[in-house]
Amino acid sequence: MIHFVLLISRQGVVRLTKWYSPYTQKERSKVIRELSSIILTRGPRLCNFVDWRGLKVVYKRYASLYFCMCIDNDDNELEILQVIHHFVEILDRYFGSVCELDLIFNFHKAYYILDEVLIAGELQESSKKTVARLIAAQDSLVETAKEESNSLSSIIAQVTK
Amino acid sequence: MEQLKTIGRELAMGSQGGWGQSKEFLDLVKSIGESRSKAEEDRIILREIETLKRRINEPDIPRRKMKEYIIRLVYVEMLGHDASFGHIHAVKMTHDDSLLLKRTGYLAVTLFLNEDHDLIILIVNTIQKDLKSTNYLVVCAALTVVCKLINEETIPAVLPQVVELLAHPKEAVRKKAVMALHRFYQKSPSSVMHIISNFRKKICDNDPGVMGATLCPLFDLITEDASSFKDLVNSFVNILKQVAERRLPKTYDYHQMPAPFIQIRLLKILGLLGGGDKHASEGMYTILGDIFRKSETSSNIGNAVLYECICCVSSIYPNPRLLETSAEITSRFLKSESHNLKYMGIDALGRLLKINPDIAEQHQLAVIDCLEDPDDTLKRKTFGLLYKMTKSTNVEVIVDRMIDYMISINDNHYKTEIASQCVELAEQFAPSNHWFIHIMNKVFEHAGDLVNERVAHNFMRLIAEGFGEEDEGADSQLRSFAVGSYLQIIGEPKLPSLFVQVICWVLGEYGTEDGKQSASYITGKLCDVAEAHPNDDNVKAFAITAIMKLYAFESAAGRKMDMLSECESLIDELSASHSTDLQQRSYELQALLSLDSHTVENLMPFDASCEDIEVDKDLNFLNNYVQLSIENGDRPYIPESERSGMFNIDSFKNQDRQESSAHALRFEAYELPKPVPVKVPSSAAPITDLVPVSESIYSKETATASVIPFTSDLLSNDAGVKLRLEGVQKRWGKPTYSSSSGSPVSTSNTQKTSNGISGIDVADHVISIPRDLSYDSTSKQSAQISEEKQKLAASLFGASSSKSGRRTASSHKNAKGINAHTEKSSVGTKSVPRESTQQSIPPPDLLDFSEETPVSETVSSSAPVGDPFGQLDGLLGPTIVTSTSNLTTDTVKPPDLMALYTDAPILDTTSDFTDPSVTNPNLTDLLASNINSHGEKTETMVKKGPNRQASLEKFSTARQVGVTPSGKNPNLFSDLLS
Repeated sequence: MIHFVLLISRQGVVRLTKWYSPYTQKERSKVIRELSSIILTRGPRLCNFVDWRGLKVVYKRYASLYFCMCIDNDDNELEILQVIHHFVEILDRYFGSVCELDLIFNFHKAYYILDEVLIAGELQESSKKTVARLIAAQDSLVETAKEESNSLSSIIAQVTK
Repeated sequence: MEQLKTIGRELAMGSQGGWGQSKEFLDLVKSIGESRSKAEEDRIILREIETLKRRINEPDIPRRKMKEYIIRLVYVEMLGHDASFGHIHAVKMTHDDSLLLKRTGYLAVTLFLNEDHDLIILIVNTIQKDLKSTNYLVVCAALTVVCKLINEETIPAVLPQVVELLAHPKEAVRKKAVMALHRFYQKSPSSVMHIISNFRKKICDNDPGVMGATLCPLFDLITEDASSFKDLVNSFVNILKQVAERRLPKTYDYHQMPAPFIQIRLLKILGLLGGGDKHASEGMYTILGDIFRKSETSSNIGNAVLYECICCVSSIYPNPRLLETSAEITSRFLKSESHNLKYMGIDALGRLLKINPDIAEQHQLAVIDCLEDPDDTLKRKTFGLLYKMTKSTNVEVIVDRMIDYMISINDNHYKTEIASQCVELAEQFAPSNHWFIHIMNKVFEHAGDLVNERVAHNFMRLIAEGFGEEDEGADSQLRSFAVGSYLQIIGEPKLPSLFVQVICWVLGEYGTEDGKQSASYITGKLCDVAEAHPNDDNVKAFAITAIMKLYAFESAAGRKMDMLSECESLIDELSASHSTDLQQRSYELQALLSLDSHTVENLMPFDASCEDIEVDKDLNFLNNYVQLSIENGDRPYIPESERSGMFNIDSFKNQDRQESSAHALRFEAYELPKPVPVKVPSSAAPITDLVPVSESIYSKETATASVIPFTSDLLSNDAGVKLRLEGVQKRWGKPTYSSSSGSPVSTSNTQKTSNGISGIDVADHVISIPRDLSYDSTSKQSAQISEEKQKLAASLFGASSSKSGRRTASSHKNAKGINAHTEKSSVGTKSVPRESTQQSIPPPDLLDFSEETPVSETVSSSAPVGDPFGQLDGLLGPTIVTSTSNLTTDTVKPPDLMALYTDAPILDTTSDFTDPSVTNPNLTDLLASNINSHGEKTETMVKKGPNRQASLEKFSTARQVGVTPSGKNPNLFSDLLS
């Protein structure tokens, strides 16, 4: 099971966190501090796994962003590495060559996508297309809502003229 | 009207800025991005919190504005600050009718709240409503929340609805419903026990996604109880076959592998089901062989599947052919340049070892390479492997290595783990008692604060009981060796408290046994120890008790011994101590000094720590006293079981546990309080008053069954009166481990008897190993290293010849290359690891997504040392900066940008862009042969096909917002996947 997902920039700034096991706010900050100091200092050609408090953290660097997932000891590390990549590929499809900036300003969208990929600490969908379809469906709903509000705003604009 | 205006502005704002958020929020994110230090970041966030606190409580906030506030709260909390003031607003937002807002609310609550939060009760109602919604997206959103926030108490509220949703027409809903039920099972297995049949049905779902999701709960259920799912073996094998034969829709392919994630899950389940079941396993052999053949080793996901296959093969009923294939793949992993694969290889090797211990030998060199790798993770994994393959022939080499590593690391968690592994191995396989004591000393010295107290007590008992050998002489030799080594160590500063306690105990008990050291010398040392730990009551207590024993033994032996002045001052100090325990001990010592030698001998017989005290459980000796009290009008004692209405600690705890395990709301009223009988002072109580069984020391000693019969009760009561120490301590003392007869000890006893070497020789040798450290490492040739590695390998992987060579050769210290032993012991030191790293820097890890990263590949291969990403940054950084500066002069011109973008990776062209005349041809070129340049680019840079246009738009939006990649983080724009 995945205990949490963490996205940290190379400078140690948090870009996204998702906790599937209970951690208090205090513990969370501590975890982030500890892990960023461990992971950001690791050399480039070492393996992508770190032992941490009896659990394992699998991380992978994409450009300047580190994607980390904390898993149980008996999980398959290589698989989780691919889960990370799977997530990044989905992000990439959604944003169109995703970059860190996309995640900075659209972190809530990244959360929605993550919710479609992982649920309750497990990979829930391994088909990129299915995820993309679901996200698109949700977005189209948002779009219609926006159009409504836009038309509303034009009405208001007319009224207030 | 004014309000309408603001709404209008708000709405207009929504469409501005490209990212759908207000300027304010973008500014916030931007300033966070540009902040130089954590302190600055914190300041900005605190200001933001203030703003939000003020704004969010204003009346009549437009809903869209509220949504943004909530997202800002999420942001604040993500950066590690407390935003609990806004949680209630997030909860309110979940009640909204519009899905857009509801989704935001749901997202926020899943991020803000934990399952035991008070506000959850406010959401349950909404969730219930949403689960019934006709819009499947609403249902999906609700199910996502259910997975995160529904706790044991609230499961019954949503369970029926979630079960109903298993039959929902939309596969996304079914999938999430399955996952929600899985979560329920994890939280409270009993709550979903009645619907397990649904899981069985769902693996036949038409949608592969739903089927794949169902494997998660089934995996958990099968882990719990494999036997009741044996009938599913065939179904799983069939599904796996279909997956492997690419019968699933193409969309489940991942890097040309058919649905690898589902394959992995199935393999995990098959591994569980086939464990120790020959019949079930036989059904799996064919498909496992197929998967071995079909999985390609070039991609990461292929290796993940192969690894899972090995796990499965090693846990089901063994099949020689499959094991052979597994061994082949494992060796391929181990030989790989990728550290990830090496890591997996070591893990796989550990699994295969259990079935065939000989397999390790082929890979000894690879294992040793991993052991000496600079990568800590790999090293630890390898230690885990060594731990699994330790035998009596290689225990010395392995434990020596483990201890060296233990000393070198700071990570307490792992230090504790490896220390306990060392202790366990030493207890199981110790070739000699001296070696064992030496290892224990090292462990205590370097990880003393981390090891379990039980380890120390086991160790003390081991010294007291001897090692099960009949020969008393060997035991006393061992003790004298221990005493000798402790007298050496005791002077060292900063010893861990637990270790000092062990030392004190051993010195007190056996310090003068061999007659080499005078009692006063040892007493002096003990006083020093007590003085050196002014704040540690445990150490002081151990020290003063040790002194007491020494005096007692001396006086019993008829030697008069004068009290040292420092000892006297120690006694004075302790009798005025705040700790009653210390006071008690020092008064006991004083009392003891005034007694005659015969009494003292009875009080403190020598070496009697292991003898059992007869316990008079009925406390018969108190009968007279009790009788007398009753006659005087006291109430009789009521046994605990007959008392009611009174919580003693035990039952209270039990109840507590029950409550927490049930963890459900209680609806029935509390029972009426029963009349509480006045607590009768139990007959044992006055005695315990006299004899405060101090939790710290006495309890430990009794707990390890090494009850020393000197104990103070004899002093305060009549000699010969025996007290029920065990029961007393359990009721009032700290809860201690009473299971004293630890199995490791008994096993070690039997192990050790088989060893017949004269001990001292070996001990000398063991100590000599660290001295060999001074070996000149730089003069070694690389050819020699491999030889050394082989030697080490030989010692690790069990060549008995090296072992015999080892014992005799401890005197040849610097004869390098000649003597096998010295070679080996120098391998044991740190010289070799350093050399091996110099010699072979592992080539860059290209295996990872090599298909996506040609650029980083070329960079890293041209400069093998150094961070390839760093260089990439360097390449990308300046170009982007120039591009933006270029843009500031003209307005947004996509073609221009395009040109920049295409040429971005080439350093030289950056200067070109300052000159428009050069840019123009480029531009036209680009526009003319758009496809051409694109094709070229995708070849050199990225293989995937995201549209350039999108990223260009992103650049311009970023520009509009005013975000420029600062010098600190130049690659905000760089594609994550490139």
